[in-house]
Amino acid sequence: MIEVHDVWYSYDEVVALRGVSLKIQPGEVVAIMGENGAGKTTLIKHFNGLLKPDKGYVKVFGVDTRNASVAELSRRVGLVFQNPDHQLFAETVEDEVAFALKNFGFPKEVIERRVKWALKLLDLWELRDQSPFALSGGERKRVAIASILSYDPDVIVFDEPTVGQDYAQKERLAQLIKLLRSQLKTIIVVTHDVEFVAENFPRVVLMSEGRVIADGNTRRILTSPELLKKARLTPPQITQVAWELSDFSVPRDLMWVSEARDAILRVLGVRGR
Amino acid sequence: MKILEGFEFKRGETLIHKLDPRVKLAYSIIVFALAMIFTHSITLLIILISTLPLFYVAKAFRKFAKSVQGSLILVGIVFAVNFITLGFERALAMSIRLLLMISCFSIFFLTTYPEDFAEALVKLKVPYEFALTFTMALRFVPTLAREAQLIMDAQRSRGLELDKGNFIRRLRNYIPILVPLIVGAIRKSIKVAEAMESRAFGASPKRTSLRELKFKQRDYAFLALIVLMFIVAVYAKYFLGVEELISSLVSLG
Repeated sequence: MIEVHDVWYSYDEVVALRGVSLKIQPGEVVAIMGENGAGKTTLIKHFNGLLKPDKGYVKVFGVDTRNASVAELSRRVGLVFQNPDHQLFAETVEDEVAFALKNFGFPKEVIERRVKWALKLLDLWELRDQSPFALSGGERKRVAIASILSYDPDVIVFDEPTVGQDYAQKERLAQLIKLLRSQLKTIIVVTHDVEFVAENFPRVVLMSEGRVIADGNTRRILTSPELLKKARLTPPQITQVAWELSDFSVPRDLMWVSEARDAILRVLGVRGR
Repeated sequence: MKILEGFEFKRGETLIHKLDPRVKLAYSIIVFALAMIFTHSITLLIILISTLPLFYVAKAFRKFAKSVQGSLILVGIVFAVNFITLGFERALAMSIRLLLMISCFSIFFLTTYPEDFAEALVKLKVPYEFALTFTMALRFVPTLAREAQLIMDAQRSRGLELDKGNFIRRLRNYIPILVPLIVGAIRKSIKVAEAMESRAFGASPKRTSLRELKFKQRDYAFLALIVLMFIVAVYAKYFLGVEELISSLVSLG
């Protein structure tokens, strides 16, 4: 479990977090959203101790992050960064994925087994002997994800995983999140992608100017014009359509394609098709 | 990475900022030369202290202090190595000399707008391409420092512990940091070249400059002061033998 209590953090002169409190239970799937500079990335860097709060505390599975090393915390909280080029360095994809396992001191046969599992999961098995630098953007991203999933952390945090990814990659990521969810992993994703969140996340934490301005049910938050405006997000396209059609008694809180279809059919049905 | 803060240009309107970059460059080179000429810790310390008021006038003392703080490890290594081979007094002198080198170029880079620096080099007959390359390299220092921080975060999140193991192991720990950093720098340089070419870099052989550098009265005054300082220092060292005097005084006391 992750418990953030009244956390303040500043970089030199810039205050990035202004009293953030948050609780995330094991097995939860949470999206952290908000405008650029809202403090999202700063917040997730507190989850594995890369940053320590100036004020307040962060507890990860009961351990105060100030009393543990980044390596100890990372063993349970895996962070997948936005840009895979900031971590890829090994000669082969296989070595890259084994890197964290070696650092955490797993025995050799476990490393082999876990690397194979992660490579197969992310469809990288065929590429295992290639240099990570020779891969496409999407493949590099997958190597970065595999290198975290391989050591089986309890919590997996993704920073902007959908940026610059095509539809197929995004779909693959959604499938992966479903799979991890079924394994009762805790998943936290920082993203601006409202459609992706509407379809895959039950809970949203909305941030603005270093504060949490809303926390809870995705539908409530993503269909609230006031909250979205505050966090400078556009509503999901389906919600926009629902708003446009609200004169025809289509409910305003729709965010899924299937719901919109049903609602529109209902309206047409009333008109006596 | 803190050491770099004292070399990053900071906008300002102080007297030091307004000085002609050529004068400031002359100052840096002269102080650097003095750091080489003098060998005793006390004389070097006096020169070091003489540079401090400039940071105060330029309102850049905090940045400089951070840079010194960041360089302490390096200074410590220099001290230790010299202490073993040459003894305490030489080790102390060497450490102060290193700080002096940092401070004399720090004041230059902290207060000189990169474009002015390029322009100054061109005025000093350095070909424009070289001047530009040099200022661009400086421009990318803070960018690379930020990049290095991101890479360090990513690798530490994968369980890399930089300060674990013996000396050789510790050096090896930096491979996962350096490889992405260098690969990234090369990729970036290719992109910069493309961006420059698409903006017609090198299209006309004769370039004109938006800002023309001109010596003003204060520049002449400052330059005269620096040259005077240099002459006095050299005279004191070679004709008055100040350093021998100090050494004998210290050994007497």
